[in-house]
Amino acid sequence: MLYLWPLVFVLAGLALYTVLGGADFGAGFWQLFASDDEIRDEAHHAMAPVWEANHVWLVFVLTVMWAAYPSAFGSIASTLSAPLFIAGIGIVLRGGAYALRAGTRTVVEQRHVDTVFSVSSILTPFALGTVVGGIAAGRVHVGNPGGSLVTSWLNPLSITIGVLAVAVSAYMAAVFLSGDAARLGHRDLAERFRIRALGAGLVAGAAAAVGIVVLHVDADRTFTRLTDGAGTPALAVSVLAGMATLALLWRRSYEPARYTAALAVAAIIAGWAVAQDPVLLPGLTIRQAAASHDTLVAIVVSVLAGAVVLFPSLALLFRLTLRGTLRSGPEQEHATASARPLRAGGVRLSVAFLVAGVGFLTVANAPWAHAIGVTCLFGFGVAGFRRLATTT
Amino acid sequence: MLSPAHQQYLLQARQMQALSFAVHIPLVCFGIAFPALVLFAEWMHMRTGDDVYRRIARRWTKVMAALFAAGVVTGTILSFEMGLLWPNFTGTFGSVFGLGFAIEGFSFFLEAIFIGIYVYGWDRLSPRTHFASGVPIVIAGMTGSLMVISVNAWMNHPGGFRFAHGRVTDVHPWRALLGNGYLWHELVHMYIAGYMVAGFVLAGAYAFGRLRGHWDRYQRVAMAIPLAAATLATVAQVFVGDWNGRDVATLQPTKLAAFEGLGHTTKGAPVHILGWYSHGRVEYGIPIPHLLSLLAFHSADATVQGLDAVGPAERPPVNVVRYAFQTMVGIGTALALLALFHIGFAVRRRRLPESTWFYRAVVLAAPLSLVALIAGWTTTETGRQPWVVYRVMRTADAVTGANGIPVGYATLAVVYLALAAGVAWVLLRLQKASD
Repeated sequence: MLYLWPLVFVLAGLALYTVLGGADFGAGFWQLFASDDEIRDEAHHAMAPVWEANHVWLVFVLTVMWAAYPSAFGSIASTLSAPLFIAGIGIVLRGGAYALRAGTRTVVEQRHVDTVFSVSSILTPFALGTVVGGIAAGRVHVGNPGGSLVTSWLNPLSITIGVLAVAVSAYMAAVFLSGDAARLGHRDLAERFRIRALGAGLVAGAAAAVGIVVLHVDADRTFTRLTDGAGTPALAVSVLAGMATLALLWRRSYEPARYTAALAVAAIIAGWAVAQDPVLLPGLTIRQAAASHDTLVAIVVSVLAGAVVLFPSLALLFRLTLRGTLRSGPEQEHATASARPLRAGGVRLSVAFLVAGVGFLTVANAPWAHAIGVTCLFGFGVAGFRRLATTT
Repeated sequence: MLSPAHQQYLLQARQMQALSFAVHIPLVCFGIAFPALVLFAEWMHMRTGDDVYRRIARRWTKVMAALFAAGVVTGTILSFEMGLLWPNFTGTFGSVFGLGFAIEGFSFFLEAIFIGIYVYGWDRLSPRTHFASGVPIVIAGMTGSLMVISVNAWMNHPGGFRFAHGRVTDVHPWRALLGNGYLWHELVHMYIAGYMVAGFVLAGAYAFGRLRGHWDRYQRVAMAIPLAAATLATVAQVFVGDWNGRDVATLQPTKLAAFEGLGHTTKGAPVHILGWYSHGRVEYGIPIPHLLSLLAFHSADATVQGLDAVGPAERPPVNVVRYAFQTMVGIGTALALLALFHIGFAVRRRRLPESTWFYRAVVLAAPLSLVALIAGWTTTETGRQPWVVYRVMRTADAVTGANGIPVGYATLAVVYLALAAGVAWVLLRLQKASD
């Protein structure tokens, strides 16, 4: 069963990316169709502290995938190179727009930057959706490339999932932003995002329904197992959670709506995985694709150890963001100086470290001596830095 | 498991990868060094109450955030390209080296999380909490470098697996990545380079301002910090670079022979400065007898392996590697002289130099440090050719069989040009906002 663990991590990462990264993309979607600056600014400011962290889920998915299922990853990357490249370019443009917005001064400049941001925010989830669709439709075989470079992603299922990804993103963003605006006391703005969330939710539901029909045509085995087999409970959970979200939004319960929306996304991803199991790519089972035992153990250990550091950190970031501390928290007093006099010195110590470092690193030739040498050179830099950096 | 594909545009694929690295690596330098410099300024403010340090730290935070955003997305492109351009490399060896990137992902996570808190937490968090939120960024910069360089070191000196009939067996990822003797010199070299590049570029900006008459206490204090980081790092780099050379001499002798254009295995081998490699020897260069043997093996009469130890198909393009190497070492030497002058002057006179020539030199050091950085990566990456995994897999066997590389290359070039222009524009805006 060890060979399944990394895939569970990948799918969990994909679900988190869809929910968190999706909210990020969706904010761009609403910026494009914003009728005024209020919506545009809220969409920008709410996401600014968290977008980078949300984005890393994608990197997590890619890296675990290629470490644990290398041949499948190679085949997917080669065959679906076009949509992956489009997504990559979209990501560069989005990040660039974030960096650029800090320098804008006039509304016109801001509009230009926001347009680039919005268009790439729609393009990227669409392209990534087509990748998922291509894999789910079984159009990627083992090979370099293993399938058509065109129809592997320009096919009915890919396009439907691409649209679904955009709709889910817009929906996640609107749910998040309406809650955020309500918390800030902007009733009116919260209401406008709520309407958008309801609209996007309906579109997402419709796209998902179309997706099920298309799946029937494109990947009959997955369809059967999803609608009448192992994947059915997950599908049912997804449908119920989706409907519950709409009901909660209707009643303006923003916080619970976020969680049911996330559940709907996670459930459909789980359903897809269960329905497709044990096939990863046509002719390649998950077990066949998996790396060898030592690597799988190393990945599982690393991911679990990483999670111990990651989740508390993420919780801190989200708590600060959701409470609004990072945006509208009370201004803190500036640091009051402890005003102890700084010791001078450091020069002699620094020189001593340098001499020792050169001796161990350059004259000696054993690895342990090199380790001491590098440590001494580090000491040279640290010991001398305060003095040199304050010599003006 | 995947079979090698014929790729008409192999050279373009390599150039596209090189372009992506050349854009990302300078940003990595800022990722490594900038957080520590910002934290130092913040700490100085907490410690002395001097408001200038606070203003500096806040201004730099904005610059750091913009550069980090650009670093995030250009780094993501690299992780895409591992699959898009080299699916056979990732598909065949992902189980050996992939773990390195998976762990690096967590460093990246922590950097992104705490940079969000640090950047938006100014004046919202208590001073101590805010300072503390910056510390994980510095640590994640270190661990991130460690994991990424561990993969590059593995490509240069692969181990921890067996390879037969296109498949890897007996894989030990920890040994492959962290039990690799090639890792440590490369890691330290790059980490220090990060401080050199970030330090000189930042100091260069203030030196440029001084030449144009912007020079009061704020600028002096702000210039001293990155300049100190850069010059101390440069002094250390001289010795670390020498250590790198010795490790390359033992573990990748063909690469070392390409550095020096040493056509034939030679006892008491010389170093040539400048000149041009052709037909097994350096023409028109300035020879320094025995120096290569002395540097590489600490013995004037040591035998150094030449390019002729391997067949012509297994040699890198010598002049590219050699000139990249000479560029790096030449610039490094010039920067070391500048560093010695700065450190000596500052220690004896307890102030920054006043000569305009010094500031002109610092302005020049900014682009030169970037050139040296890129030249260094060119040296090691082109010096490894024709291999992507040294003596195990050829770059030509790693490349994608998908078409469209020229389109991708052109698109990426245009987008990166726009990104570079955009980032430059933002930095100028942030600069002007300060006046």
